[in-house]
Amino acid sequence: MIDPVIASRLQFALTTIVHIVFPVMSMGLAPFLIYFTWKEIRTGEPIYEQLRRFWTKIFAVSFVVGTVTGIVLEFEFGTNFAAFSTAAGELFGGPLAVEGMMAFMLEATFLGVFVFGRERVSDALYMVSALAVGVGTWLSAVWILIANSWMQTPRGYELAQEGGQTVVHLVDPLAAYLNPRFGFMYVHMQNAAVESVALFMAGVAAYYVFRHHVWGYQIQHIDFWETTLKIALVALLITAPLQVLHGDLYARHVYETQPQKFAAMEAVWETESYVPEYLIAVPTDLADLTDPRAKELFGIGIPGGASWLASGGDPTAEITGLEEFDSEPPPVAIVFWAFRAMVGMGFWFILLAFWGGYRWLTGDLFEDDLLHKALMASSLLGIVAVELGWVVTEVGRQPWVIQGIMKTSEGVSPGLTGTEAAITLAGFVLTYAALLGLYSYVVARIIRAGPPGRDDLRSLPEVPSVPDRDHTPAGASDDD
Amino acid sequence: MTDLAGGPLFGLPLPELWFGLVFAMLGTFLFLDGFDFGAGALFATREDQGERETILAAIGPFWDGNEVWLVVFGGALFAAFPAVYAGLFSRHYLLMFGILGALILRGLAPEMYEQRHDERWQRWWGRSFVAGSVLAPLLLGAFVGNWVAGRPGSLTLVGAVVGLAVLALTVVSGAAFLRVKTRGPLRDELRPYGERAVVAYLVAVVAALGTLAATTPALAGAVLSGPVAALIVLSVVLAAGYALALRRGWDLLALAASAGLTYGLVAVVALLLYPAIDPAAGATVRGAIVSTLPLNLMSIGAALLLPLVVSYFVVLYSAFSGPAEPTEAY
Repeated sequence: MIDPVIASRLQFALTTIVHIVFPVMSMGLAPFLIYFTWKEIRTGEPIYEQLRRFWTKIFAVSFVVGTVTGIVLEFEFGTNFAAFSTAAGELFGGPLAVEGMMAFMLEATFLGVFVFGRERVSDALYMVSALAVGVGTWLSAVWILIANSWMQTPRGYELAQEGGQTVVHLVDPLAAYLNPRFGFMYVHMQNAAVESVALFMAGVAAYYVFRHHVWGYQIQHIDFWETTLKIALVALLITAPLQVLHGDLYARHVYETQPQKFAAMEAVWETESYVPEYLIAVPTDLADLTDPRAKELFGIGIPGGASWLASGGDPTAEITGLEEFDSEPPPVAIVFWAFRAMVGMGFWFILLAFWGGYRWLTGDLFEDDLLHKALMASSLLGIVAVELGWVVTEVGRQPWVIQGIMKTSEGVSPGLTGTEAAITLAGFVLTYAALLGLYSYVVARIIRAGPPGRDDLRSLPEVPSVPDRDHTPAGASDDD
Repeated sequence: MTDLAGGPLFGLPLPELWFGLVFAMLGTFLFLDGFDFGAGALFATREDQGERETILAAIGPFWDGNEVWLVVFGGALFAAFPAVYAGLFSRHYLLMFGILGALILRGLAPEMYEQRHDERWQRWWGRSFVAGSVLAPLLLGAFVGNWVAGRPGSLTLVGAVVGLAVLALTVVSGAAFLRVKTRGPLRDELRPYGERAVVAYLVAVVAALGTLAATTPALAGAVLSGPVAALIVLSVVLAAGYALALRRGWDLLALAASAGLTYGLVAVVALLLYPAIDPAAGATVRGAIVSTLPLNLMSIGAALLLPLVVSYFVVLYSAFSGPAEPTEAY
């Protein structure tokens, strides 16, 4: 039978990898929805009501799926990682409890008002509900990342032996919870969420703009998609460069505080100075795939690059190699490649943003079909980059569940049997595959149906500001 | 921070307060999401498309917020009694994932139901909605039953009986809630379901206590103790009041009576456990409580946040007071 430790790790990896998609969507959409709601109330222009209602549909589905998959994670600390929860509950349970009371409650209650209550409450209360939902989703991330950053760079604790078990005691809450790592993670994660949603919006809008302007199809509400594309581009122009610049600072912080993870990101086995930044490292035989720099033949690298990045400008800086650490290294290949793919995508998103911005300036934004294709192809890459970033963060700190204090294998529930773990793992593989399929199907349907028609809006324009070309009833995009 | 680590805040009996708070959160979840579950079970009795959509519209704005009380219960148990959280959840491993599976089904189904309007799709998601809404309270009840009895496994007699009691209780509150939110024939037809469910609930609770006393000799004394007996008498009075209120059309009063029944049940559970909190592991409230510093911090946090949380629910429920309209969405 399957080892309960391995099954628990796989199951936690699977359930977090699937779950994170939905918070990314809801946290990333939140600022857009607040903006749309504000503009709708202030200007009364129908386009903002269309934007608010269309993107709220996707937000609501994401939120519901995020709720049901998020509860799973909270329970799994107890079901599968009981030893970890017992040992670290004193530091780790508090942030989770506060997340529930401070953030999740705020978003889940006002979500009801925001999604169902436009006709029932005043403009002011409706605006408050949009803000409450948005602030709630971002506060959730605060407490989750406070808990996570403590596991990455633990501080403010004391170890004690109780009943033959090592237990972590909280001694300095400020040190523990105002961890420098938290700031890096929070900025990186929230900006990534907005960037991912901007890419998603741009990709979807580009699809309609492309069909309308390049292929000449008559698309209903084309002004809706044009506006969406422009708003997404603005967001991308802000978030894409910020993500890479901030990522550079974050990587330097990891070099200083989690040297073992940094060595895995760069696949440095022996302590060296003047370490090159390898863009690609091709192994000489298949076995070396798992060890990207062992006997590498064709490495394309920037001399001194990794040292330069780690130290913030010194190409001769020393990087501690994985062999210096007492514990076994993390799976180096996964961390090394995930890091490279994420960074590569980060630069690609900057290129996309500038390309779109340039076309906007030259007035060809709706005509450049290559740009449209690039945006469509990149619509999900933001989410992929977030996944890869979390792989670097979480695989890169293995074998530790709490860096330097407790190994992941020691955190698994002692009484858990292989059979039980195998049953739930298989169950999750099936359910979550179905869940992702269902979510994609529903989002695709919402996109195909398009925004609500003008006749359907509550804010009717006094003077129609847009030509009447989209007043053809019964779209080709309706129910199938 | 030294004074926060020195002793309990204002010398309060914090372990007992948190024990009570954790059960109050569980009770709030069982009442609020309970009427959503009950509405889901009663959904099965409706054939008419309009009535089905009215039921979905009635719980639509509320269920997500209601469900967060389970998250808060889990988080509070984790923060205040980490070893109890870890021990209980890992010992009832398959049961916990059963509950999670039921909650996933119940949460997705209403959202999916409205996405397409063809008959097969809606029949399938309607069934999923009923299945999730019935299984969630059944398995949660089983978990609570096993917890009190100190049984490690997932499937026990006590668990099954308590599960049935909780399921009946959700139908009791679900019928009252739906009567508040609906008008016309649907509202009239809900009354007999509520009446039968409240009788079934009383029978199941007495059966559960009997099973507990018979199978767990250590609990026989507690089952027959004064406070527990008083709560049972109170439950009978509340059940009669519930039936009377339904008959007179005082639906909000019936809903309040079902809240009383739910908190009464949770209070019985807490009384049967105390001073232990996890009998299977031999853990007591005083022994399992987290150390003083995090406990004090959590107490300050909860004292500041819980009143806010209550105010969110007041806003939500007053924004959607009155009967539900099936067309409301986005």
